[in-house]
Amino acid sequence: MTRLASGGRIDRSRPLRFTFDALPHTGFAGDTLASALLANGVRVVSQSVTYGRLRGIFSAGVEEPNALVQVGGGTGSEPMLRATQVELYDGLVAESLNARGRLSPEPDVARYDKLFAHCDVLVVGGGSTGLAAALAAGKAGARVILADEQAEVGGTFLGGRDLIDGRPATDWLAEVATDLAALPEVRVLSRATAVGYYDQNCVLIAQRRTAHLGPAAPAAMARQRLWQVRAKQVVLATGAHERPMVFAENDRPGIMLAGAVRTYVNRYGVVPGHRAVIFTNNDSAYACAIDLDDAGLDVPAVVDVRPNPAGGWPDRVRERGIEVLAGQVVSDTAGGNRGLESVWAGQRIDCDLLCVSGGFNPAVHLFIQSQGRLRYDEILACFVPDEAPQAVAVAGAANGTFGLRDCIQEGLAAGAAAASAVGFGDGHPAGAPQVETVAEHPIVPFWLVPDESGATQFVDLERDVTVADVRRAVGAGMQSVEHVKRYTTIGTGSDQGKTAGINSAAIVGALLGQPVAAIGTTTFRPPYVPVSFALFAGRTRGQLFDPARVTPIHPWHVAHGAVFENVGQWKRPWYFPHDGETMEQAVLRECRAVREGVAAMDVSTLGKIDIQGTDALRFLNRIYTNAYDTLAVGHCRYGLMCKADGMVFDDGVVMHVGPDRYLATTTSGGAAAVLDWMEEWLQTEWPDFRVRLTSVSDQWATVAVAGPRSREVLRALAPAMAADAVSFPFMAIREGMVAGIPARVCRISFSGELAFEINVASWYGLRLWEAVMAAGEPFGITPYGTEAMHVLRAEKGYAIIGQDTDGTVTPQDLGMSWVVSKKKDFIGRRSHRRADTARPDRMHLVGLLPVEPEDLLPEGAQLILEPRQEPPVAIVGHVTSSYRSAALGRTFALALVKGGRDRMASQVYAPLPDRLHPATVTEPIFYDKEGLVRDG
Amino acid sequence: MARKHAILDGFASRFSGVASSSGGRIALREVPFSAQLDFRANPADGRVVDSVHKALGFVLPTDPNTAATAGGRSALWLGPDEWLIVGGEGEESLLTRVLHTALGETFGSVVDVSANRTVIEVSGSAARDVLAHGCPVDLHPRDFGTGRCAQTLLAKAQVIIHQVNDAPTFHLFVRTSFAWYLAEWLLDAMTEYCAEEPIGVSVPLGGQESPSPLRG
Repeated sequence: MTRLASGGRIDRSRPLRFTFDALPHTGFAGDTLASALLANGVRVVSQSVTYGRLRGIFSAGVEEPNALVQVGGGTGSEPMLRATQVELYDGLVAESLNARGRLSPEPDVARYDKLFAHCDVLVVGGGSTGLAAALAAGKAGARVILADEQAEVGGTFLGGRDLIDGRPATDWLAEVATDLAALPEVRVLSRATAVGYYDQNCVLIAQRRTAHLGPAAPAAMARQRLWQVRAKQVVLATGAHERPMVFAENDRPGIMLAGAVRTYVNRYGVVPGHRAVIFTNNDSAYACAIDLDDAGLDVPAVVDVRPNPAGGWPDRVRERGIEVLAGQVVSDTAGGNRGLESVWAGQRIDCDLLCVSGGFNPAVHLFIQSQGRLRYDEILACFVPDEAPQAVAVAGAANGTFGLRDCIQEGLAAGAAAASAVGFGDGHPAGAPQVETVAEHPIVPFWLVPDESGATQFVDLERDVTVADVRRAVGAGMQSVEHVKRYTTIGTGSDQGKTAGINSAAIVGALLGQPVAAIGTTTFRPPYVPVSFALFAGRTRGQLFDPARVTPIHPWHVAHGAVFENVGQWKRPWYFPHDGETMEQAVLRECRAVREGVAAMDVSTLGKIDIQGTDALRFLNRIYTNAYDTLAVGHCRYGLMCKADGMVFDDGVVMHVGPDRYLATTTSGGAAAVLDWMEEWLQTEWPDFRVRLTSVSDQWATVAVAGPRSREVLRALAPAMAADAVSFPFMAIREGMVAGIPARVCRISFSGELAFEINVASWYGLRLWEAVMAAGEPFGITPYGTEAMHVLRAEKGYAIIGQDTDGTVTPQDLGMSWVVSKKKDFIGRRSHRRADTARPDRMHLVGLLPVEPEDLLPEGAQLILEPRQEPPVAIVGHVTSSYRSAALGRTFALALVKGGRDRMASQVYAPLPDRLHPATVTEPIFYDKEGLVRDG
Repeated sequence: MARKHAILDGFASRFSGVASSSGGRIALREVPFSAQLDFRANPADGRVVDSVHKALGFVLPTDPNTAATAGGRSALWLGPDEWLIVGGEGEESLLTRVLHTALGETFGSVVDVSANRTVIEVSGSAARDVLAHGCPVDLHPRDFGTGRCAQTLLAKAQVIIHQVNDAPTFHLFVRTSFAWYLAEWLLDAMTEYCAEEPIGVSVPLGGQESPSPLRG
C-alpha cells in the first residue's frame, strides 16, 4: 500500500469498494478513482492508442491524458471519463480505455436538466483566487455565481501545505466557504465546469449532480445540469495547468506532473512511489521534493535545468540533503511492465517516480473563447491574457500570477472591481490575509531535451504523438501550429491537448528557429471538457422534443382511435380506422362519405390573421395576387400569395367580416411565416398604411362539414340560419347560433362538395364537434382525416402549397393564372414578367392517370418521356401527389412536368426499381369539372 | 349557452397534486376563460389613454414589460402601441366596447383573443426556480417583480409571463394549442421539487405516429 497513515482530506473511516478492470480494490470517501488506484498500487492504467505503450496516471485533474476510463454498472455506462475527476463511490465499476470509449448500447434513462441563471458577477474557478473574488463581489452586495469543477472548493491549494494567517490554508478556506454561504445572493456551484464562453457574457456550465452517488442517486434528480449563465461581469480564476518536460521515454507509468504528485500526497494521503526524482526548470517542483521527503520517500535528486538554482526553495531542499543536479536534464528513462525503474540525468538514478515540471500554462481556454487575446510573457515563460473585448477580468494563476498571496489579493481586487462596475461597492476590497512567501528563482523556459530521433519523446500522450511526428510535419513544410496540429493530431484528443499544446508550439518554434511567442497557440474552442449530448438535449427528448400542438377537439380524436399525422408541429387526425380496417380502406370510406353523404373534419389548425384598418383592402391587394375590391362584407374569397421572386408562398381564404376588417386563413404550417411576412411589409415598406394585424389562430376552432347532406346537418344544428343555396350561396359567410354556440359559418369547399366551415371560440370547439357528430348521426356522418382531405382536393386539382409546390413554382405553373390580377400591383408581379417565368418548358402542374388503374405511383417518383433511352436519361418532372380515388375507382396523381400543359394525353414513365410505370398526362382535375356538385 | 371546455381539463388532478408533493413550495392550476383583448392604440393620444383610465381605472403602461392593474383587470405592455387587456370571464364584450369607445375614430385595433390563450398559474416559493429551467428572462426580484410582464419562450412555447403578486404568482399566457405541451413540460421541470419519483403518467397524445413528412 502506498497510502499514508494519516493526513489528507479523505475519510479513513469510510472505506469504499470498487473494481478496476475487474479487480477489486478499496479506497476511501474523498478519493478520486485516480487517487484510489494509486493508493492500491495500480501504476498501469491504459495502453496508448497507437503504440500500445503502458501508461499511468499523469495528473490530478482535468488535464489528464492517460487515465481515461469507462465507468459503468447499474444505470448504463459512461465512456471517456478522466479517472482524476471520477469521485469514488461504493460499488464503482471502472474499466481502462485505450483512448477509445464505447457508447452504451442501452438508452440513457437518466434525467438531464437545464437552468437559465443570471448574475452580476460570475466567478469561474473556486481556488484561492476565485474564492477571494466571489467573497469580495458578494460582500459588496452583487448577485454572484461561483462555479467550481471539483467536489469541494479550494482548487490546487487543497493539494498544498500553505499557511494563511499562520494557520493551514484549509482553515481560511472553511471560513470563506461559511462567509459565502451566509450571503443570500451568492450561489456556489460544485462539480460545475464552465465549458463554453459566448457572446454577451453567456457562459455554459456543465454540472455533474448524481454520478458521484453511484446507485444511491435519486431517480428524480437530474444526473447533470447545464447552466446557461448570463453575467454582467465575469472573473476567470481558472488557474493554470502544469507543463510536462519532453524527453526520451517520457511516458512511462510513474512519470507524473510534480504539482499532481503534491496533490496526491497532501490531499489524498497517497504516495505514488517509493523513490522519487524531480525534473524541473522552476521552483514549484521543489515543494514537491519537500512534501515527498516529509512523507518518507527517498528523494535522491532534483534535476534542474537552470545552471544556478539558488534562493529559498533550492536552499530548503539542499538543507534536507537532497542533491540538486543543476544544469542537468533527464534525457532518458528505463523501466518494465510496472513502469519507471530509473532515469538518466548524466548518471543513472534508480527511481519509480519522476515528478516533472516545465512551468505553468494559464488556463486561458475560456478567455480565448470570450474573444480575448494572449501575449507571451518572457519572464513567466507562458502565454497570458491580454486584451478582452467582453466584460471579463482574469485573475490569479490564469493571469500568470502564481503565488498564493498574490492570487488572493488579485482575486479580491477583481471581485470588488467587477461588483463595482455594475453598481455594487466602491471597488476597494477588504484587506488580504497574511501569507508567507518565499523569494522565487526565475523559471528558465525549457521545451525539449535534445534527442536524435525524438521517436519516444512524447508531446501528446493521449494522441501518442512524438517529437519525431512534429519534425515530420515541419519537414513537410508546415509552419503554422494549426497545420501541425491537424497533420500530427496533437491536441485533438478528448483532453484537447491541455498538457501538449504549448509544448508543441514551442517545439515547432525550436525546429523553425523561432521563439514560441512568434508561433502562438492553436485556437481553444468550446467545450473545455467533453460534454454529453444528453446534457445538451436536457429534457428536450421524447414527448418534450418539440411542442405537439393540439386542437380543442383533440381528446375526441384520441378517444375515437384516430391515427395522427404531424403537420408542422400539429398533431392532426390522419384517418379514423374502424376495427380491422387498413389505412387504404379507411381513407376510401372517408372519401366516399364526403362524396356521397356527409363527413366532418377538424380544421382548427389553419392559421388565422385578423386584418383591420382603413388601408386593409389596399394591403390585401398588395399581399395577394388577386384583388379584393369587389369582395363584399359577408363574403370570402380564395387568395394566393407569392414571394418577391414570383413563386407561390402560401394560400388561404380571406373573409370580409366587417367594415375595414378581414380574417385571412393560412396553411396550418405556414401561419407564423405568413404573419411575419405581412408584418415585414407593413413595418418596413408600407409604414404609412393604417393596418393592424393580430394572430388569432388559436382563438377559433373550426369544423368542416362536407358532403351532399351537409346542408341537412347544418339545418339541424342551426335552425334559425337560412341554409338554402340562394340564402347562403357559395363563398358567403353567416353569423349566428350553431348548437347554441355563437358561430361564424362559411360556405367554403376544399373537397369540391357542398360544404360548410363552422368557426367558434376555441373553448367551444369540443362541444361544437360533439354537436356536429350528434346532429349528423341520422345521416351517417363520418369523421375524416387529412389523408381523405388530400385525396378529395387532389381529385379537384387543388394544389397543396409545400406538397405540390416547392418554392420554384409560379401561380401560372399551377395553371392558376385566373387568380393573378392583371390590373393591380402585388408582391411578385414584376418577377412574373421575367423571361424565365415565361419559359414554355417550365414545370406545370398536371394530372397523371397511370395506364394500369391499380398502379399507385410513389410520391416523388421521377418522370421520363422515352421508355428506352441511353443514359443520361432526361428527367421531365416528378409526382407530387398520388392516391387511390373512391370516386374514380382507380389511382391518379398530380405531377410537375416540364411543359406539361403541352403534353396532354401523351405518356410519361416513372422508372421505378421494378420496371417502367406508364401514365397518361391529363388536366389536373378528375372530379366534377363543371363545379356543379360544390354548389349543392 | 353551451358550456366552455378548458383546454387543460385533463391535467386538473396532476396540477392539483403538485401543491402537496412539493411540500407547498409550488401550486399549479389553469385559470381558463379570462377575457383577453389585443389592443393597439397610440399611447401619446391623451384622449384614448384618459378614456381607458376612466373606464378601467388604470393608465396604459408605456414602460416596456410592465403591467397596470385595477379592479381585477390588467393591461400588459406588449409593444410601444400594443397591450393585452385582461379581464374576468365573460368580460370580453364589455371590454371590447370600452376599448372601441376609447379608440373612437383614431387608428388602432381591438381584437378579442380571449380563447386564443389560456392561463397557467404557477405560484409558490419555488415557482421562480421552476420557470428558470426554461425561461431565459431573469425573474429575480431585483430584475422582475409584481407588475412586470414579458413575452418570451418557456421551453419551446411562446408565453406572456405576468407576475401578479409577491408569493410569487406568475400567470403564463399560452396559446391553447401549446397548452398541453407546456403543461407536460412544467410537470417535468417540477420533478425535482415534487417527489422522489417523477410525477404522474403523461396524458398520451394518442394514436400511432404517421411516418409522413410535413404536410398541409
